[in-house]
Amino acid sequence: MRRLTLALIILATATHASAATAIRVGSKSFTENYIVAEIVARIAEEVGEAPVQRRAGLGGTGIVATALESGEIDVYPEYTGTISRAILKDPSLTALPALRAKLAPHGLTMSAPLGFANTYALAVRRSMATRLQLKSISDLRRHPELTAAFDPGFLDRDDGWPGLRRHYGLGITNFRGMEHALTYRALAGGHVDVIDVFSTDGQLTRADIVVLEDDRRFFPEYAAVLLAHTAFTQERPRTWAALQQRLEGRIDTTTMARLNAEVELDGRTFAQVAATFLGQREVQRRHELLPLTLEHLMLVGVSLAVAIVVGVPLGLLAARHALLGQAELLGVGLLQTIPALALLAFMIPLFGIGKVPALVALSLYALLPIVRNTHAGLTSIDARLLEMASVMRLGGRLRLFTIELPLASVTIMAGIKTAAVLTVGTATLAAFIGGGGYGTLIVTGLALNDVRTILAGAIPAALMALAIHFLFEGLDRLVVPRPLRH
Amino acid sequence: MIALRDVTKQFGARARVDHVSLTVERGTTRVLLGETGSGKSTILRLILGLLTPDSGAITVDDVPVTATSRRDVLQRIGYVVQEGALYPHLTAARNATLPARAEGWEAVRTGARLVELALLVGLDQELLDRYPAELSGGQRQRVGLIRALMLDPPVLLFDEPLGALDPISRSELQGELGRLFRELHKTVVLVTHDVREAFLFGTTITLLRDGRIVQEGTFADLAQRPAEPFVAEFLRAQAPPAAMTAYL
Repeated sequence: MRRLTLALIILATATHASAATAIRVGSKSFTENYIVAEIVARIAEEVGEAPVQRRAGLGGTGIVATALESGEIDVYPEYTGTISRAILKDPSLTALPALRAKLAPHGLTMSAPLGFANTYALAVRRSMATRLQLKSISDLRRHPELTAAFDPGFLDRDDGWPGLRRHYGLGITNFRGMEHALTYRALAGGHVDVIDVFSTDGQLTRADIVVLEDDRRFFPEYAAVLLAHTAFTQERPRTWAALQQRLEGRIDTTTMARLNAEVELDGRTFAQVAATFLGQREVQRRHELLPLTLEHLMLVGVSLAVAIVVGVPLGLLAARHALLGQAELLGVGLLQTIPALALLAFMIPLFGIGKVPALVALSLYALLPIVRNTHAGLTSIDARLLEMASVMRLGGRLRLFTIELPLASVTIMAGIKTAAVLTVGTATLAAFIGGGGYGTLIVTGLALNDVRTILAGAIPAALMALAIHFLFEGLDRLVVPRPLRH
Repeated sequence: MIALRDVTKQFGARARVDHVSLTVERGTTRVLLGETGSGKSTILRLILGLLTPDSGAITVDDVPVTATSRRDVLQRIGYVVQEGALYPHLTAARNATLPARAEGWEAVRTGARLVELALLVGLDQELLDRYPAELSGGQRQRVGLIRALMLDPPVLLFDEPLGALDPISRSELQGELGRLFRELHKTVVLVTHDVREAFLFGTTITLLRDGRIVQEGTFADLAQRPAEPFVAEFLRAQAPPAAMTAYL
């Protein structure tokens, strides 16, 4: 156990050390952030000050900001509104110098705005805008009869519909919640008249719709910037200078919407879109299934092995001491109540991002079925058989390895099988903290709202779960004594 | 020699063994006879040190049974229970030789002893490679007997050893056990609820009821001079009807 911890620490330190020399570019897991991060990575590569590592698709603000603050990544694209509200927790901060001043104590800094802003906006069909002469949100006050569909997040947030309605005194009463991905179709089909949009949505460049002007300035400014570690800007001055020079004010909202559309609607890769934007030659780079499979197998194999090596003795300990056992089962049970994604996020301050924290989290997650089944298997052995072992003075290893573990083997193996199949699924979440594997495709697919990419990751994961199930059925023949098999 | 002096063991409010004193001389066979719940199995488990008496003292060959001496006491005892309590995942041979493995015997010595005992209890040697589920009830009980005899202990305890057997193999094993007890000169305590079995094995029978000794003596003593009406009632309840014996 101690040796294992030591090995994990060494592994973690090693990844830290190698990563320290490279420029690590992070991103959240949605299209626009992927694209800008790819553009940043490509500029850094052109400068050539240091090798560049891409740590794209690191979940939401919570994960990626923690990764930045703990020094796991150097830079990623962020929005001023998010910096003030979610990171500095002070919505009153809007001016750039004030934001920079508050970031400084965190060891962070930010670039000047890149040009586009990703803010909420309201949109209507062009035909209706013409007919009703709608140009700004204020114009909606004249038409309380219109129907609206809003993203659930927009419906709830105070900087969304409730605040907007009050601010403008809007009379619309016929509104409902709808997934963002569906609202464009509902609008185009004439099912609703008004929807909420993001100002850089790719669909805006294609659909025949008009964004209404926020004439009374309700929506907060979500201007895109690069959020970076101060140390990085000082240690890689040429890279930082190049990024500022080539990106500041260079990507306006229309351009960003067009780049988003190229990925989401035309099916081009982030790399291709970024390359085109920078005037680079286009590259054909896509996720290969074999390396992802190997990565995924590694995640599952290592974490399962660790969970078995730790979990079986823990289950044994729980079976031996009733009180300690209950505490222990409660402990691993509680661990399971932590959502897998949250558990992964908790690992970042301890182990950074990448494979190591993913392996630790997956191992912890696989513990419950193994500990529980080992405990159940050992405590449900026929009391007469155990009594006979005592009478024969069978003790220590002989009793454990000849009597107890074989008799409990069916139940223990069932726990290990459950853990294995669960881990194949949970391991897809590792991609959110840069752990790789099939999840990489799922995270990208989710960001693009592209079912084919999601399935490209989800189907191999399901097949792997099946394969592992059958592998362990076969393993039963080696582990479980013949008369105990069903 | 096995001696219990004024032993009491309670489970909850109820005394399972109630001030029992009992002496089994070396080389003799004692049958503990009684209904389910009369405390006869509990007495065996007290002798084995699996339970600790609330009061009173127990000795096996003059060694007091305590937490510290338990291992020494167990070395002197072979224990056979109903169905044999064999480990389902081990072959008959592996089951039978477990006590020898616990002692660290060499394979050759263990093997020789196994063959010797299989012969003694009348178990076909080729059955030794089978798993318990592949054996008949009588064969399983013979394996349990080999296991109990493995280290040649001076004391043997039997807890309803023939309880789960069909009538023919039961009768067969009853005959063989009687022969073994006479040949091996072991100190034997056998627990049963079967009057016929008590008659066959017991030079001395101890009849128990609700954790107390009702009467102790030979079968003739119990049958002809019952200490209380219960004794006669218990014996009569299992006697075959006179009209039936006339046919046999």
